[in-house]
Amino acid sequence: MQNNTSDLPKKNLLSAQVDLSKFNADDFRLATDDEKKQQDVMGESTTFFKDGMRRLMKNPLAVGSLIVLFLIIAGIVIIPKVCPYTYSQIVTVNGTRDKRANNLAPFEYSKLETQYMQKSGEKLFPHILGTDSLGRDYFIRVVYGTRVSLSVGVVAAIMVLIIGLIYGSVAGYFGGTVDLVMMRIVDIIYSLPDMLIIILLSVVLNERITPYIEGTALAKLGANMISMFLVFGLLYWVSMARLIRGQILSIKNNEYVLAARCIGTSNVKILLRHIIPNCLSVIIITTALQVPSAIFTESYLSFLGLGVSAPLTSLGSLANSAREGLQSYPHRLIVPAVLICLIVLALNLLGDGLRDAFDSKLN
Amino acid sequence: MSESEKSLLKVEHLKQYFPVQNGFKKTYLKAVDDISFAIKPGETLGLVGESGCGKTTVGRTLLRLYEPTGGKITFDGEVLFDSGEQYDENGHLILGADGKPVIGNKVNKNMLPYRKEMQMVFQDPYSSLDPRMTVEDIIGEPLDVHKLYKNKAERREKILSLMELVGLNAEHAMRYAHEFSGGQRQRIGIARALAVNPKFIVCDEAVSALDVSIQAQVVNMFEELQEKLGVAYLFIAHDLLVVHHISDRIAVMYLGHMMEVAESDELNNNPIHPYTLSLLSAVPIPDPETARKSKRIILEGDVPSPLRMPTGCPFRTRCRYATEQCAAEMPPLTDRGNGHMVACWNK
Repeated sequence: MQNNTSDLPKKNLLSAQVDLSKFNADDFRLATDDEKKQQDVMGESTTFFKDGMRRLMKNPLAVGSLIVLFLIIAGIVIIPKVCPYTYSQIVTVNGTRDKRANNLAPFEYSKLETQYMQKSGEKLFPHILGTDSLGRDYFIRVVYGTRVSLSVGVVAAIMVLIIGLIYGSVAGYFGGTVDLVMMRIVDIIYSLPDMLIIILLSVVLNERITPYIEGTALAKLGANMISMFLVFGLLYWVSMARLIRGQILSIKNNEYVLAARCIGTSNVKILLRHIIPNCLSVIIITTALQVPSAIFTESYLSFLGLGVSAPLTSLGSLANSAREGLQSYPHRLIVPAVLICLIVLALNLLGDGLRDAFDSKLN
Repeated sequence: MSESEKSLLKVEHLKQYFPVQNGFKKTYLKAVDDISFAIKPGETLGLVGESGCGKTTVGRTLLRLYEPTGGKITFDGEVLFDSGEQYDENGHLILGADGKPVIGNKVNKNMLPYRKEMQMVFQDPYSSLDPRMTVEDIIGEPLDVHKLYKNKAERREKILSLMELVGLNAEHAMRYAHEFSGGQRQRIGIARALAVNPKFIVCDEAVSALDVSIQAQVVNMFEELQEKLGVAYLFIAHDLLVVHHISDRIAVMYLGHMMEVAESDELNNNPIHPYTLSLLSAVPIPDPETARKSKRIILEGDVPSPLRMPTGCPFRTRCRYATEQCAAEMPPLTDRGNGHMVACWNK
């Protein structure tokens, strides 16, 4: 079989017209069923999620951020199990508290520890980042601080997602007066100065919450932390709600939503089955970008002294307490600051990558 | 009234006004204004008119996707919607002593049971299918809503037989809509409409988005399905040739008003309304010889904005026969013999 048209016999050397008289019946056989099948090869059937992940994996920045985040999360899960020190206790040697183990440089041992090691011959776990002014291992404090900061970020993002999603989808889908009233409420909350409200709320809520969480698992987190979650929940959902409302406004005008109504699908089902899955990409991305902003806010609230309560720590409060010895122990500020930057940068880049991979408008 | 008893769907004085904010004033866009027609079981009524004349709105309103502003919709002998206004024999609104219309019984039925009987095929095969759903789920959705199966196996079996019915390969049930061509997607849309076994389907420009060869396939499929299942169609289109091919009767709309209704061949051979005449003269003729000889009636001016509708007959601003009477009052649809209804004072 000849495939290339230039090989076909021509009527004239310069003509593009094929000389049909030089063909015989054999050249015009009908295609067999097998040959026909070859023609209707379609693209591999992929789901939306698989397709997005494939594109995400092609983005080196997003993959790098994923690796960094994975390492950080693995670190904060594993290290406290391996490291013999705790975030709240002064370094203890052989059952006695070593009060002179404060302000150690990285990888430095205190006198007591050196003596102990010489006596027993066993090697003690090094103070990778030294100790703080109270003699607590600084490395483990950074690990716990990262734990707190990351969980604040994730929990806040989830709270924002849940409130914003419900509020935004109701406003967007039902429209009209419902939308008008709901969005004016959002406008009012939006126009309040965030920081002032956060600071005032954390101060006020702090006192109110303390008696309620006494003796529960929440007490360990501290009233400051709980009030911070509440503040995030109360204030930061508005931008999410606006965004989702906008998405839903545009999606609900698609013909497939009309088709679903024509079929008789109920409003709740239309929202859950047709509208929300179609703005999922935007939701994922905004949530991913919400995490770093919450970490940021937490950091600087902690820096202002409104964050988690001692002895628990977060990256922000670590940075805050490192201010005092900035000249002599700069690493105590640099390490948590770099970690904040790393987490925020990785999450932002991952969010960007997710948007590029999942936002169908860009494809 | 034997005629109306036989009809499957009867629409009387249907009105659909959309509120438009015009500065501080609220005005109404009269997308559909006082339209009446009836469709018999198994019949195809073609609805033609230029873009923006309210064809799609008629289809969507009578399926109650939009809440009608006024009128009465009767389906299979049951009144689905009635705004309660009463009309005399000449089609005039009966006014009470206070100058306001007399309001009779209002009816506004829950549409869910009727969604099984009336379905719709949409214009754009690209946006009428949810991109996140497989074909199986798209066709299965009406089955889910109306609980038309006993178990998973029956659901699957029904979906596969529907796919076969519209000429889709059953192996593709797990694929997503974007993996199909336009014609195939339209078939998916048709299978979805057929899933509930409806008696009546609104085909809203169902073939306009397809290219000509695919149009022919889909139109033929509509005809085959009508023969097999006995469904009635309201076939909305702007392509007169396609409408003439598929329809038993054709209705011509202009700016939300019905201008002429007649049997398909009758309308084609003997158009009466000046608007229908110009519409028919605009149909492209495949033979250039004949095309050169034929005279096109070119209308002057543009379609008036539906926000500033002319008084009386909406067509009078572009009609060469227009008289003072046309400006004063909208002509009623009158029978010119053989069910050929025309709304014109002068023709």
